[in-house]
Amino acid sequence: MIALALPAQDSGEFNPPGIEQLHLPAILPWGAADGFSKQMLLVILSVVIIATFFLLAARKQQLVPGKLQFAGEMAYGFVRNGIAKDIIGGKDFMKYVPLLFSLFFFILVNNIYGAIPVIQLPSFSHVGGAYVLAGIVYITWIAIGIRKSGLKYFKLATVPSGVPIYILPIVIPIEIISNFMVRPVTHSLRLFATMLAGHLIVMIAGSGIEFLIMQENVLLKGASVLVLAGSVAMYMLEALIMALQAYVFTLLTAIYIEGALHADSH
Amino acid sequence: MNQVIISAATAGETNPLVPNVWEMGVVLVGFAVLMFIVVKFVVPMFEKTFAERAEAIEGGIAKAEKAQAEASAALEEYKQQLTDARAEANRIREEARAEGALILADLKEKAAAESARITAQAHVQIESERQAAVVSLRSEVGTLAATLAGRIVGEALNDDERSARVVDRFLADLENQNAGAAK
Repeated sequence: MIALALPAQDSGEFNPPGIEQLHLPAILPWGAADGFSKQMLLVILSVVIIATFFLLAARKQQLVPGKLQFAGEMAYGFVRNGIAKDIIGGKDFMKYVPLLFSLFFFILVNNIYGAIPVIQLPSFSHVGGAYVLAGIVYITWIAIGIRKSGLKYFKLATVPSGVPIYILPIVIPIEIISNFMVRPVTHSLRLFATMLAGHLIVMIAGSGIEFLIMQENVLLKGASVLVLAGSVAMYMLEALIMALQAYVFTLLTAIYIEGALHADSH
Repeated sequence: MNQVIISAATAGETNPLVPNVWEMGVVLVGFAVLMFIVVKFVVPMFEKTFAERAEAIEGGIAKAEKAQAEASAALEEYKQQLTDARAEANRIREEARAEGALILADLKEKAAAESARITAQAHVQIESERQAAVVSLRSEVGTLAATLAGRIVGEALNDDERSARVVDRFLADLENQNAGAAK
């Protein structure tokens, strides 16, 4: 940022990295432009990490848990009680615990990649994965609504009760748009955009530091320290946002499921 | 969609909202595998432990409550038994006291009756012996007096009939004197 404000030196203009830098060359290229990308490797790795951790934690189950089991139970209990039970509640929240649990840790691990040096690439900085997860959730809650209330569910979900009839022509289109069209889009893009933005900031800060250090001017070299300090703060913020977005995504999923389950009382 | 990405990539400007289909596939499959593992193993294992733990805790509480209830029931029973025993002891003591009083009264009565009987018998015996003594004395004294008088006055008094008359008259006088003195 400072670099942009100051006149460029002999090495030329500062050229900040753009979105295209997110598309690293494929590890195993095939076809024209596609290939086995870093994101794909990380996604597969995340499945291995999560499965290994929880299977190990749950392997030797004891009434008085050991450290690993306790950690696993904490993590599992956080999603089970903190999200599923609190939001969905009732007797049938257990049915949705596996989905919420998988979503939370899948997203969490894939986001945290962005905060780990060397890896430093959140999988959801590519929009595809976010679309897939939001799509799974979208299909799930609509299916739950239909199974619970039949086709009447669409009426329940779009026609709010207790609204005067003359307002309904305005309210119904709004409800249709917000519930069935905007919801999956915001659900996926929220995750994707935060990860993309976070990753871009890290990249820009990194290249900015590199650019400033290369400058002849001592003041400009020194200014890189400011960027470094700022980038550390941003890194902390990003780490928070990574965990937060996993929580938000899972929480919204639970809220959508709860809404579909109790459409008649909304 | 591939076409779009390729054209976008070749044009040097990437639209971030256009997904890579292969990546979507990897995420879909990866998530499906994760879901499978979670549904099949992770959740059942954790739920089993949770259920067992809850059962262990609740079972312990239930056991403690049962023991408590048993103890208080036993205490109640002992108290009841103690009260019963006390009441029983009191009753027996009262009975014994009443019985003792009864026996005492009975014995007193019997003793009184016996002493009265013995006294009466003694009276009768004494009376009869006195009578017998009077009778025997009357004859013996008469004979002795007559013999004595005969020896003193000699042959003149050999006639039994006459002496008997004299003795009777003497005794009658004697009795009259006694009766007069008694009066």
